[in-house]
Amino acid sequence: MLILVLAHAIVAIVVLAGARRAPLAGAALGIAVLAATAIVTVVLGIGVDRPRVETWNWVPDLGLQISVRLDGFGVAMVLLVSVIGVLVLAYSAAYFERDDTYVRFVGLFVAFAGAMTGLVVAADLFTMFVFWELTSVCSFLLIGLNDRSAAARSAALRALLVTGAGGLCLLAGVVLLQVAAGTTSFTEMSASTPTGSMVTTAACLALVGAFTKSAQFPFHFWLPGAMAAPTPVSAYLHSATMVKAGIVLMARMAPIFGHLEVWRWMVVVCGGITMILGGLRAMRQTDAKLLLAHSTVSQLGFLTILMGLGVPGATYAGVAHLVAHAVFKAGLFLGVGVIDHATGTRDIRRLNGLWHEMRFVAVLMALAAASMAGLIPLLGFATKEKALVALLDADLGATSAVALAAVIAGSVLSAAYSMRLLRGLLGTTEGIDDPAHVHHAPGAALVAPVAVFAGASLLGGLLAGVVGGWLRAPSGSLDATSSGSLYLWPGINTALFISFAVVVIGGVIGWRVPQSLGPSPMKVSGEKIFQVCFDGLLEASKRITVITQSGSLLAYLAVMMTVVTAVLVVAIASDPGAGLDELVLADSWMQLLVVVFGVVFAFGVVLARDRFVSALLLGGAGFACAVLFALYGAPDLALTQILVETLSIVVFLLVLRQMPRAFTSASVWAPRTIRIAVSIGVGMTVALFAVMVSAARTAPTVGDTFAELSLPEAGGKNIVNVILVDFRGFDTLGEITVLATAALGVTNLVRMARRRRTPAVAREVQVNERSEA
Amino acid sequence: MIGKRSAILDEADRWLFPVIVLVSVYVTFRGHNAPGGGFAGGMIAGSGFVLRFLAGGSLTIRRSVIARPTAFIGFGLLVAVGTALMPLVAGDALLESNIWQPELPLIGTVKVVSSSVFDVGVYFLVIGVVLAVLVALGADPIHREGTPSATDDDLVTQTAHDAGSAS
Repeated sequence: MLILVLAHAIVAIVVLAGARRAPLAGAALGIAVLAATAIVTVVLGIGVDRPRVETWNWVPDLGLQISVRLDGFGVAMVLLVSVIGVLVLAYSAAYFERDDTYVRFVGLFVAFAGAMTGLVVAADLFTMFVFWELTSVCSFLLIGLNDRSAAARSAALRALLVTGAGGLCLLAGVVLLQVAAGTTSFTEMSASTPTGSMVTTAACLALVGAFTKSAQFPFHFWLPGAMAAPTPVSAYLHSATMVKAGIVLMARMAPIFGHLEVWRWMVVVCGGITMILGGLRAMRQTDAKLLLAHSTVSQLGFLTILMGLGVPGATYAGVAHLVAHAVFKAGLFLGVGVIDHATGTRDIRRLNGLWHEMRFVAVLMALAAASMAGLIPLLGFATKEKALVALLDADLGATSAVALAAVIAGSVLSAAYSMRLLRGLLGTTEGIDDPAHVHHAPGAALVAPVAVFAGASLLGGLLAGVVGGWLRAPSGSLDATSSGSLYLWPGINTALFISFAVVVIGGVIGWRVPQSLGPSPMKVSGEKIFQVCFDGLLEASKRITVITQSGSLLAYLAVMMTVVTAVLVVAIASDPGAGLDELVLADSWMQLLVVVFGVVFAFGVVLARDRFVSALLLGGAGFACAVLFALYGAPDLALTQILVETLSIVVFLLVLRQMPRAFTSASVWAPRTIRIAVSIGVGMTVALFAVMVSAARTAPTVGDTFAELSLPEAGGKNIVNVILVDFRGFDTLGEITVLATAALGVTNLVRMARRRRTPAVAREVQVNERSEA
Repeated sequence: MIGKRSAILDEADRWLFPVIVLVSVYVTFRGHNAPGGGFAGGMIAGSGFVLRFLAGGSLTIRRSVIARPTAFIGFGLLVAVGTALMPLVAGDALLESNIWQPELPLIGTVKVVSSSVFDVGVYFLVIGVVLAVLVALGADPIHREGTPSATDDDLVTQTAHDAGSAS
């Protein structure tokens, strides 16, 4: 399995890097790897007694490992991911133009499929988290596939921020679980059933992560925005697979943590609100794709309730409905894509009479939508029926009552929006202002995948018993006590009455609500709250930057030096006067002479009125220092110091050419006295500190060891050099990297300054900036 | 160009520059056993370029080096990082030194230490840094008498061209 996941990544890289010339070959490669995954999964995962487990030690020292476990649920999910992936990829070949965007789409698509495959078979939370984040990144890139559209970019960013924040919650949960339970492996956790307040917190954090990923209230708003992505992306990531990641996480964790009261209420309340809210908002959409997006939100709420409760019957129904939803929703999305392709619009107010113009596609859409509405004899009916039975049987008191009420209300709405979608897309209405017509008939390559999905919805319903049998292994692997069967005709019972009532009421509502009903302007919406928080964050960081980064060199220096002084004063105060008694005036008259020169130069630097003179005097002080080094017997230091001083003076002079000759007068806020005080303060404390430190040695110096080891270990007689390039080579590496970065910074700053000062170029830059904005 | 072109400086530069570069290479390699090293060597070569700059301005420097300053920096960093990483390939620790003592005809035994290669990286990087600073800061000031002169425009376009042709 791990090899297959890796194969996805490799194919993705190959396609992204090399398929410019042959996009179709890239797509074929992608289909091949996805199909191979499906086949291998069937061979390895179906009809085996013990699930296959693979582990790869990632960071052995930290105990981090990537481990996957191909159990029944894993098999079902991998098949869903890879089979739907194959169909959507085939569809996309006819949907896209053959350009760079398409190549990028194929590459990212395959990368995503790999990440998703890894996610659904992950055997522990760490592994799942890694793949979880990978899917978030792929989703971000795929939503923003059209990188020239500002709307797509901001939608992608929003999706990434929401799911990324959820990912952080999940990570926090994973870490807490690791600490509290000692393991994050699903099998080990379900064996030991950890408890405690820390475990509860961890479970709730993970649940929040799942909610963000699966677009549950209050994080539901990113999903409709994600519809800025091309239709195949929406069909695959944002309805069939990626948004199911949260459901998968809940499915894996619910049997372990479903007994927690907090968990249960969170699932039911958030899932219920999501289901009803998504349904209501779907009723107010006029863009067919957005309608589907909101319906996906609603259906995800449904799945959250089923999977999150951790009740055996509901888990079975959840697995079944997850499959049913993936099939019909992918079909509907792709179908809307076909209609969009043929007519040039997705607006249900403008589409008219497609029932006559595109009969075959219309039949397929009707089948898929009927499955969504829960109409007999389609798969959606059987699974929804099963869900109702499970919730009626669940004995959880208030929780299951609330869940049942929410599911019934949500189901009425889903029947209603299915009707709205069908009537809007296919029905004939009189008196449309600007009706859209079929420009060109869709090719077989576009329609075929839709036909497969719609056909699967129908066949799945007709053969409900067989499908139900297949689903027993997946739900059994989540919860050993869970089992059930699907029926085409379940017999007369309460659930059946509810089902029929739901479809009839929903259908009538969907028929009666006018097609022209548009989205209501909402005072409070998740999107707006997110935007306010996001803008607030940017604004706050801007203000903080303005306060802390004044841009005044003087202010920076004052702050730095004051801090240095304060820190050193504390250090000196710990042992005042240490080392002072060992001080001698000078070892030789040469030293004294050099120091006098240096001090004179230093005073000159401060007193000089001319920048040039000041810089030269500074160089003089530096040279005095170099001579001092030489006198102390440090030729390496002296040599380097002399060279550095020489070049510094040159650089100083180059810069000073561009500045006024004389120093400017003092700033108002920092009068001369304060500046002098800060300077003297930092000078005095640094000097005192240096004296103290040299007297405070308690451990033997490393110098002796270096001197011993220099020749035998590093083969050099010059210890200073050996320290630089060998013993402390890593420091040197860091230092030269800083040096290189600084040089590049200087080059670019100067270049920018030049551009800004040259009028012709300045205009050009302005134009560029405007077009970017 | 800073000030008028001086014939004496020109001539001095022509003779001194090769010597300075030679000395810088010597100092770099000698550093292993005596005062010197890549940093000092690079600085010496850099001061050679400063001399050249003082004699002929930043355009002379551009003409006298085969690559752009950033290429020097990149090459130096690459060599240094490469030397640091090489021992990892062999399974040793980062920056582990290796000593080879090959016999060369006529010269005799030569000792090559891998950290000398590291120093060579430092050498090139320092030259690159000095060159970058000279080229960037040494270009003629833009706002002479408030308006940009023709040469400045040339310079800017040339820099832009350089940036464009960078591979």
